[in-house]
Amino acid sequence: MASTRCAACKYLRRRCPSDCIFSLYFPSNNPQRFAYVHKIFGASNVGKMLQDLPVHRRADAADSLYYEAHCRIKDPVYGCVGIINILHQEIHNVQCQIAKIQAEIAFIGTHAQSDQQLQIAPNLDPNFLAEQKGLSNSFDDSSTWFF
Amino acid sequence: MASSSSYSNPPCAACKFLRRKCLPGCIFAPYFPPEEPQKFANVHKIFGASNVSKLLNEILPHQREDAVNSLAYEAEARLKDPVYGCVGAISVLQRQVLHLQKELDATNADLMRYTGSETSYLNQMTAQFGRMGRGGGGASFNPNSGFPAATYSSQWNNDSNSSEHGGNGSM
Repeated sequence: MASTRCAACKYLRRRCPSDCIFSLYFPSNNPQRFAYVHKIFGASNVGKMLQDLPVHRRADAADSLYYEAHCRIKDPVYGCVGIINILHQEIHNVQCQIAKIQAEIAFIGTHAQSDQQLQIAPNLDPNFLAEQKGLSNSFDDSSTWFF
Repeated sequence: MASSSSYSNPPCAACKFLRRKCLPGCIFAPYFPPEEPQKFANVHKIFGASNVSKLLNEILPHQREDAVNSLAYEAEARLKDPVYGCVGAISVLQRQVLHLQKELDATNADLMRYTGSETSYLNQMTAQFGRMGRGGGGASFNPNSGFPAATYSSQWNNDSNSSEHGGNGSM
């Protein structure tokens, strides 16, 4: 007769009762899931945590406990907190990049406005046309253009 | 006769909680001072003293303080949110990163539009002055202001949110 014990009861080497708190969330086909959770939280604590929750929340709780346990095993010093720190850093970096680009856009916008004003004003200067006639090769001189 | 406990250190929060003698080499003592009883109480409730002790013994001494602080953080988060714990915070932050990435892409697109329109405007101006002068030529304008296209790569792309689970729920 095939064993119908859940992963938790298999791991704990005990009989799996019909009302086993673990069986729905730690199926026998994924032994690692319970092994991780047991290593970090302990079977007793996990059982208590699940018992204290309404039935419809227990699956999510088991998933998040597995996720936390997995993170802690991967990174015994920081666990999930390491990931939180990385995400905070990412958020800060992206916000800085957005701010830089917005500043660049604002600068270009202001610059374009002042250049438009320059385009109109020189036509009122009587010496301007004379200067323009004198300009032959100076378009290649980058010093003429002072952006 | 002098009392044997007259010069002993006060027990750490862990040993006080566990009602046992706090020995000189107590693994918990440096990280659970008696002035912070709640810290150990939380960690004990979620992880258990035995698991914490094993975990600390597997970590180098100079990393233990950080480990204890992160465990305390996770324990407190789990007590506040028994369903998701600090994983809830991770979900929120990941959504924020995605949202900001979209905003960054949109802002980059705006910049490209501005630099594109700026280039065509300056080309017009150049052509105009050229007609007034020698009728040709123009200054070169490099629209590249030195701001690289802003990209970033996320180090955490939900790859730890493993699909290996048999639960009925989803995160």
